[in-house]
Amino acid sequence: MTGHAIAFDHVVQRFPGVSGPALDGVSLEISQGEFVAIVGPSGSGKTTLLRLVNRLADPVEGMVFVGGENVREADPVLLRRRIGYVFQGIGLFPHMTIAENISITPRLLGWPQEKMRGRARELLELVRLPRDYESRMPDELSGGERQRVGVARALAASPKIVLMDEPFGALDPVTRDALTQDYRELHEKLGLTSVMITHDMLEALILADRIVVLQDGKIIEQGTPQALARGAKHAFVRELMQMPERHAARLASILEQRA
Amino acid sequence: MKDTDPRIAEAFARLPEYFGNHVLLSLSALALGIAISLPLGILAARNAKLRWPLLAVASLVQTIPGLALLALFYPLLLGLSNLTAMAFNAPFSAFGFLPSLLALTLYSMLPVLRNTITGLNGIDPAIIEAAQGAGMTPAQSRRMVELPLALPVIMAGVRTAAVWVIGTATLSTPVGQTSLGNYIFTGLQTQNWVSVLFGCVAAATLALVVDQLLALMESGVKRRKRGRIAAGVLGLLLVTAAALVPGYAQRVSGSYVIGAKTFTEQFVLAALIEQRLQNAGLHATRRDGLGSTVAFDALSNNEIDAYVDYSGTLWATQMGRKDVRPREEVLRELTKWLEGKGVLLLGGMGFENSYALAMKRSRAAELGIKNIADLARHAPQLAIAADYEFLVRPEWAAVRDAYGLQFREQRQMQSTFMYEAVSTGEADVISAFSSDGRIKQYDLVVLEDPKQSLPPYDAILLVSPKRAKDAKFIAALKPLIGAIDVELIREASLLADQAENKQTPEGAARWLNEKIGKR
Repeated sequence: MTGHAIAFDHVVQRFPGVSGPALDGVSLEISQGEFVAIVGPSGSGKTTLLRLVNRLADPVEGMVFVGGENVREADPVLLRRRIGYVFQGIGLFPHMTIAENISITPRLLGWPQEKMRGRARELLELVRLPRDYESRMPDELSGGERQRVGVARALAASPKIVLMDEPFGALDPVTRDALTQDYRELHEKLGLTSVMITHDMLEALILADRIVVLQDGKIIEQGTPQALARGAKHAFVRELMQMPERHAARLASILEQRA
Repeated sequence: MKDTDPRIAEAFARLPEYFGNHVLLSLSALALGIAISLPLGILAARNAKLRWPLLAVASLVQTIPGLALLALFYPLLLGLSNLTAMAFNAPFSAFGFLPSLLALTLYSMLPVLRNTITGLNGIDPAIIEAAQGAGMTPAQSRRMVELPLALPVIMAGVRTAAVWVIGTATLSTPVGQTSLGNYIFTGLQTQNWVSVLFGCVAAATLALVVDQLLALMESGVKRRKRGRIAAGVLGLLLVTAAALVPGYAQRVSGSYVIGAKTFTEQFVLAALIEQRLQNAGLHATRRDGLGSTVAFDALSNNEIDAYVDYSGTLWATQMGRKDVRPREEVLRELTKWLEGKGVLLLGGMGFENSYALAMKRSRAAELGIKNIADLARHAPQLAIAADYEFLVRPEWAAVRDAYGLQFREQRQMQSTFMYEAVSTGEADVISAFSSDGRIKQYDLVVLEDPKQSLPPYDAILLVSPKRAKDAKFIAALKPLIGAIDVELIREASLLADQAENKQTPEGAARWLNEKIGKR
């Protein structure tokens, strides 16, 4: 299991009062520096899988490894401080300034004040927000800006792994496009290992190195965007691919007419 | 005519003592209440099994009327105090501050508890998960995220509790804790509305000021304005300091404490004793408005040093006697019984405040009635009006059976109306308290009781065990023994009771003191 940034080994997860497992024997290995998108319908187990990585939950069966270490043996609090997490609802702390939100994990790690301030400025720049935002409160920012702060917060303590749960879901298309491109650049520049949950196949195709499709707690198919485009084995995955393909074809014909 | 009412000056003179004690009591209760309910609320917010019984108990406490809650704590603590006295030889004071503090603390808990739970449970779970995901321990999450976010709701609870506690603290007067309630209780008794209003306004002002200071602190925390937090804290400190400085100055060690029950005559007598002691160069303070049994317990536990009680009351309620005995025998047995408790019966004041039958002077003369035996012959043609209690008390049964009283009509009414009824002729005879000032006011005669069927209620001056051998103290009180006859006390009570030319109890006591001096 060493050599992988993250590895899931036959993990099973069940919730009390729910018939059927939420994760049903999932095995998955994610390499250092890889960008993996997890795609699937609601209730397929995407978030459940992601939460196992930094021990927001533990599986009932199977093992999870981060950097070769079984997470069961890691202190969950310390583990979380070295993994960035961007939440579905962003989850900025409304009573803290933007700078304080960004510096939260460094603060928990006991960084000196000066270093935290410098880091917050650096990150604002990195996610392309004006420097004077540091003293603003979250409710003074637009949705897209808050999302950028969410990313900055996840990156603040220089993690090697970043987990993202539908990070760009609720944004308008223009903002979303800008932000996804910016994030992909950061991923390269910082040498991150990124795992992103999305229900949008197009986003996954554009951003990820590899796409993993979950259905009913199982991985039904995985591969590079090119491989999935060439032809998916599973009917449900082919269905998922149809919409981006139709959009692409329609766009191509429009562009042709213009030419 | 533009001169201010003397009652206002009198009220202001008492303000430092009443205000100081009120602030000390309510802020201590509030602080203790918060110290208990905030951690409990934090625990209960995460634990549903703890939550509902805790809230149920707190709500139940809230449904108990404030006065009853205070009254219940007194015997409870008294029992506890007796237990610790037996077990460790370390009794504590069940009087005044402690029962008030505990009752008010309980009272303050519900709003703080409920708002802490509501505030913490109302936080968006996504934010708590974000805190966890950022690597906070549960304690860090509570301190850095959950409590700050719940703060406005918690503070709203604290403010509600503050207003409740400051208001309810006025009810601690009957268990012997001086507070702004003293204005209200004595004012109600003597129909001194200036005093009642003064007490209400003072308590309300204090509640509003504390509420606003808390609001200032809250907005300071929320908007991160250090200045506002500091101003709020400073304000609270100032209120406390203003309360403490004069409050402590009043509580000079070695100061004598004089008790009074809840009616006018008692207020006047306590004021008289206080003035006597001051004239003798001794420092004295008063605890007015004590519940009837509270006063005796307080005295025998050295919480107060002297007060006036009535022989028949102690005979029945403290000694538990049901038989009616002649005056001398009651006094003799009572003195002996009190000695057993270490309490000194210094002597009778010279008058009696017993149940009595009274008639309008002209009507009694017209019918030739001088005593109850005369009355019994005319009774079948007459109507009697009595207060709510009299006709079910053993005293009535005793006098009725001794003389074979049989009236044409028996009516019960509020004592104020009773006096009106006898003066207009609607009733011929009324039940009265023999030392009541209204007997003089309405020109009534108290009928003699040749068979001594009514138990004696001699006003007697009691001294606490601690002061029983205090020569200076006893010497200052001794001249009061036998110095006040029933005419004199009626007139003095009337001065404080009457609507026209109303005097404060202190004013009436000064008048009384002068009269005694002339004899």
